[in-house]
This record gives sequence, structure tokens and C-alpha cells, in this order.
Amino acid sequence: MNNSNTIALECRNITKTFGSVIANKNVNLSVKKGEILSILGENGSGKTTLMNMISGIYFPDEGSIFVDGKEVTIRSPKDAFDLKIGMIHQHFKLVDVFSGTENIVLGMRNKKFNIKKAQKEIQETCDKYGFDIDLNKKIYDLSVSEKQTIEIVKVLYKGADILILDEPTAVLTPQEITKLFNVLRKMRDDGKAIIIITHKLNEVLEISDRVSVLRKGEYIGTVETKNATEQSLTEMMVGEKISLDIERSEPQNSVDRLIVKGIDCFNSDGIKVLDDISFTAKSGEILGIAGISGSGQKELLEAIAGLQKLSGGEVIYHNPKTDKKENLRNKTPIEIRNLGVRLSFVPEDRLGMGLVGNMGITDNMMLRSYKKGKSFFLQRKEPKKLANKIIEDLKVVTPDANTPVRRLSGGNVQKVLVGREIAASPTVLMAAYPVRGLDINSSYTIYNLLTEQKEKGVAVIFVGEDLDVLIGLCDRILVLSGGRVTGIVDGRTAKKEELGLLMTKAKSGKENE
Amino acid sequence: MLTFLVSAIRLGMTFLLGSTGETITEKSGHLNLGTPGVMCVGASCGCFAEYLYFSSVGVFNINPVLAVIIPIIATFLGSALMGVIFCFLTVTLRANQNVTGLALTTFGVGVSDYMIAEATTIFSKGSKYFTAHLPIADNLGWFGEIFLSHGILIYLAIIIALLSSFVLNKTKVGLQLRAVGENPATADAAGISVSKYRYAATCIGCGISGLGGLSFIMDYLNGNWEYCIDAIGWLAIALVIFTVWKPNFAIIGSIIFGALYIVSTYIQGFSTEAKEIFKMLPYIVTVVVLLFTSIREKKKNQPPQSLGLNYFREER
Repeated sequence: MNNSNTIALECRNITKTFGSVIANKNVNLSVKKGEILSILGENGSGKTTLMNMISGIYFPDEGSIFVDGKEVTIRSPKDAFDLKIGMIHQHFKLVDVFSGTENIVLGMRNKKFNIKKAQKEIQETCDKYGFDIDLNKKIYDLSVSEKQTIEIVKVLYKGADILILDEPTAVLTPQEITKLFNVLRKMRDDGKAIIIITHKLNEVLEISDRVSVLRKGEYIGTVETKNATEQSLTEMMVGEKISLDIERSEPQNSVDRLIVKGIDCFNSDGIKVLDDISFTAKSGEILGIAGISGSGQKELLEAIAGLQKLSGGEVIYHNPKTDKKENLRNKTPIEIRNLGVRLSFVPEDRLGMGLVGNMGITDNMMLRSYKKGKSFFLQRKEPKKLANKIIEDLKVVTPDANTPVRRLSGGNVQKVLVGREIAASPTVLMAAYPVRGLDINSSYTIYNLLTEQKEKGVAVIFVGEDLDVLIGLCDRILVLSGGRVTGIVDGRTAKKEELGLLMTKAKSGKENE
Repeated sequence: MLTFLVSAIRLGMTFLLGSTGETITEKSGHLNLGTPGVMCVGASCGCFAEYLYFSSVGVFNINPVLAVIIPIIATFLGSALMGVIFCFLTVTLRANQNVTGLALTTFGVGVSDYMIAEATTIFSKGSKYFTAHLPIADNLGWFGEIFLSHGILIYLAIIIALLSSFVLNKTKVGLQLRAVGENPATADAAGISVSKYRYAATCIGCGISGLGGLSFIMDYLNGNWEYCIDAIGWLAIALVIFTVWKPNFAIIGSIIFGALYIVSTYIQGFSTEAKEIFKMLPYIVTVVVLLFTSIREKKKNQPPQSLGLNYFREER
């Protein structure tokens, strides 16, 4: 390790709340010069929120931040720059039609604008740390890893001494990760303080000098990496098991309903997001899908629903009505829906997919049924009945069925969304993050709904974020990591640590095409 | 042929001013469909200022320099004010840009008609000063006719277009402005004030567009007020697309547009109906260009990425 032991950045008792949600609670953190600190935590543990406060995007409610031993106030990204803090966001902040150099000099102050001179200086920075990149290329011609390099060069060129990288390896291939880590080590030896956010344990152990762990917004502790093992870190990360009071019945006369065989899928950037995934969903059981966010959950569900183009494998559906096996791969989303495979996906912005914000509950019900009926005019009667039934059964709080769903609270919106899919009496119900952002009571309503469906013999696929819920609710849990299935465990005997390890299992031998 | 070319250049420069202004505005991410209205208001402000100047000093004491500069300044300020209204609505109050722009067009056409109703006759006197050119041009044959016989606004238009092109592509301000229009979140994260740039670009852009209106009345129409400036404004917006957001391309593009617009009056042997069809040519050409730039899927010649989108920092 480096000799210099001065603390570059310190956070004391940082608290940040969004409405009633506590994102960070009394978080303490420090990083020394010439050190790489990993911040480890599950989804929603408050890692990114904390970093956003350091880089000036959010402002903490309580607590103080010290840079080089002095207390500072960081109100904007510009303040952070002035304190030599540079953040590399997970989603790159680059202008596509600009060249690398142009992106790097963007927003530079107190310097005469001379792009040729700047380019030379940037090239020197690149050479110093061993970046191999063509600065004249436009951003849209660059690969993901090259874009990231531009981001890193950008903060370095702006003179950052404290670098924060938000999940830098999420989009990289193993070779690129090795390259990135070499660069990070070089920067560390150059006396920079580096904070890297990640949830991949092997990377934490490989690259960092110390690890700080967050769990559900709380600071758990910091350990020296050399004294840590995957096991000990996982325990810190997932914590004690909290038992939830979810009624779970034994699966009744299960039959294989959906058989997924080795499906592959590429996203629009040409990255393999699903890699040889196989599993079986049975009727009368809840299959949980666990994984760090972005491990392929969304793509998997969309693939089954016919919304993603598969590059390999097949999805076999066992139709209970005809007792025939059908391959869903060649079917359109509408055909798949009509077979009874229903997807209720609750995206981060809830309204983005599935509901039209400005329309009332009744009209949103009609989005699924407008093809029924022969009349030229809309038939509002049935959907209205359905809307009222959902409002009543699921206790949706709304003035009436015609109030725009946009005006309902998040929990109520989700109830409408899930309720509509259930109303179609599906044979396969896929629910992705149905309790996202909901309070405890609403969450239980949804859990009970899913259990009810399962008892009716529906094959329920539940994508969740909270491991306690997955263990408490699901009969079997499939774990995804980097687009691969890393394990299928029994929900009744599963341990949190076990799931945590599976979720963070490294993708091995995965190539970027 | 020569008169045709000269007319095309004169009309073209009206388009050029309008489209240069609109390009600057669009580079900041503002799709200002109020440009036709802005040009109407610009023209009427300039003409009205000229009218006030003439009636205050009397027809015999007119200073030729002031007679040109006063309307130009009045036009610029009046049009820039329209830009302020647009920005206030879209940046500060976050209104939809398309709706705001169309409202400004309607508003601008109405206001200019109202203003001009007071003082329609006197502009031809003012126009004399705008179309004044160096006497040397008359002795140089076709060369003088094409390049030197124009009034000050024509040359101003070319200078502004070249200058805008330079500022946009070669300076720091231009780089930051383009960043704001392409990806405001990135610009914001880099410490660039998105609102400031959008206000500034839109107001300056509107000011320049407004000069286009003035040039149309004072230069092309020799001071006869006509209620069709908004049609010129729409063509100016089309020209922005035609020239793929490049003011220096627009110098040639505007002359082509000018030629296409007036070609019907110079061609013999067509019925009136057929001539009207010729007036559609600029629009058809724009559609064709749009088709080609879209098909080629090249990221180089695309509109600014966040064109027409308002930016709120909280919406990360």
C-alpha cells in the first residue's frame, strides 16, 4: 500500500431521506490518498445516493463532509469539481456527436480555449496512465469501454484527486475489467483516492484496499480487504434474516407450465444480456427471480412475453386447455398473451410501461380489452365493472374510476397494474418488482394476491429485490448474475448468504461479441 | 436571367437571416416554431421605428445612416423580446415548446398587422436607404450586378451566417452551446448553465430571425408591406433542416430556396395554377433532404439530440 496516510475525504453521520424513505442513515466513510475503497451493498442500500451527495447532485439532510481535513459544503457538481472530486457515473454523461477531446474540455473554466493544445495535454494524461484511445473519434463510434475511458480521462484532466466510480465494471468484458483495474492501480500509486461502487465480491477482493459495507441505507462497517473473505463480506452485506409473515402454502398438483431452454439474447448495444438460460416454471408455485438489478431480469421476462428477440434457445409453453406443447418463440406478443401468459412489469417510473398516466382506471383497463367487441364505439360497461372490482378488491384509494392514474399514489398505481393482469385469469403471471416503492401494507396486499393466484394453479414468476421477501414468498428461487443462471434454490431452505453469494458470482468466460 | 439571380439572392438572404437565427436557437435545444411570428414582429418593429423616426425629424432631415441603424436595432430588440417570451414560457415555466412556438406565431402575425395598420405608406422612403449600394457596382456589368448591387442587410446576412458558423464550431461558447442542445444533463453536470445558454441563444437567434423579416420588407419588397412574412418564416425553418443545421451551408441553400420560390414568375408559358405548384418546390426539396438524411442514419447530420425537449435537473 501507499505510504501517504492522509485522509482525502471523510463523511460523518450523513443522513438523507427522500420523502419517507431513508436512503442513508448516519453513514460514516473515509478514504485515504493512495487508496482504493470499495463500497459494497445490495440494491437500494444507498451506495449511489451517498456518492451523489459527495459529487454534488444531492444535498445531505444531516452530517458533514470533510475534504483534506476541512469541512466543506458541496451544493452542485461544480463545487465538487472545485474540491477535485470527480465522479464517473454508471450512465455516461457524454455528448454523442462530439469527439472525445470536445467532451473532455466541455465546461472547462479559466483556460484559454485552444482545442489543439488541450488535445496534447489530454494525450499526455492518457499516456501517463496507459489509456489507449483515439481522442478524435466521435463518441457514437466508441465502444462502451472506450466511452468509460473518456469519462475517466475527463475527470483526470480536470484535475480530480478523488475519483468515484459507480459500478464501472457492470458493462465491461473480463479483459476490459482487467485493463480498468490496472489503470485504477496506477492512479492509486499516483496518490489519488479512489472510491469504487460495486456488488461483485471477487472484484472487491481483487482491487480494493478497504471495503465499506452499506445495508438498507445504514453503514455496517469497514474492513481491510486482506482480512476479508467472500463469506464474511456477504454476511455483512445481507445481514440477519428477517422473517416475514407471508402465508405460504404448499404447491398443489404442480405440472410444468413453462419450460425455458437455453435462451440467449443481445441488447441494442450488442451486449449479451441473457446467456444460456434454462428453467421450468410450474403451475401452482411461485418462482422467484433474484439478482442484482440489471442482471437480465427484465430481458428474461420480456423474452418470455415475446417482446425481446431471442438469438437462441426456446420457450415451451404447456397449454392446459389443449394439453399441447407450444413454442412461444415464434409467436407474437399478442398470441402469447392470448395463451394466458401475462406480464405485469413495474418499471422504475411505474407509469412508463403498462399504464397511460392521463387516463382513468377504466380506460386503462380497456387498453387490454379494446379488441373485444364488434361495435365501432367503445364499450365502457365491462371495463368499468372491472375497474370498480379492482378498486374494491385491492382497496385502491381513488376518488373514482375515472381519475387519471397519474394522480394516484405509487402503491395504488401498482395495484391497478397488477390487478388488471390478474383479472385476465392468466396461466402464467409474471410480476417484476410489483412492490417497488410500496409501503409494508400495500406490499402485503400484493404478496397475498400472488399467493392467491398460485393457489388457483397459476405459474407465478416473481422478480424481486428484497431477499427476505423472496425467501418468504417463493417456492423456488432462481438466481441470475450477469445474464446467467447461477443457481436455483428451494425457497423454504434457502439462506440469505447463499443467495447473496450466487447473486455476486462472477461471470466467467463471458465474451463481448 | 440576371434579374432572376439578383432577386433570388435578395429573397434568399431573407431566408438566410431567418434560418441562421433559427439554427442558433435549435442548437440550444429549442425548437422555436414561433419564428414566422418573430419575423413578423421584427419587420413591423423595424418599420414602425422607421416611421417614428421619419415623423419625428421630418422627411427632409433624414440621416441615411440613422435611417438604417434605427430600424435594425428596433427589429433586433423587438424580436429578441419574442425570444424572451419563448424562453420564459419554456425554460422558466416549462411549457411545451411546440405549443409555445405556434402560439407565438399566431401572436406575432396579429401584433405586426396591428402595428403596421398605423403606418403603411412611408416604408418605400425607408427602403431607399436599405437598398442603397456602392455606385461602383453599376459600372462592373454582371459581376457588379450579382455581387455588389445589394443593400447592407444582404451583406449583413452573409456575415452573420459565417460568424455564427465560426462561433458554433470553433469557439468554446459554441461547443458549450451545442452540448446544451445535444445533452443538457451532461452540460449541466459539466457546470454549464443550461438555462442561461438557452435564454441567450434563443434571444440572439430570434433577433437575427427578426432581421430576416425586415430584410423582406425593406429590401426584397422595396418597402411595400405585405401580409405574407409568416410564409417566409416557415420556409426559413424548412431551410434549417435543408441545410442540416449548418449556417454556412445555408448561404447557398438560401439562394436555392429564393430561386425556387420565385422561379414561377420568371418562367413563361405556364398557367397561374401551374405557377402556384412551383411555389411548393422549396417544401418538396426539404422533404427530400429530410428523407435522405434520415435514411442514411448518419449521426453527423442529425438535429441536436434534445431538440424540442425541455430540461429539468430533478428529472435525472
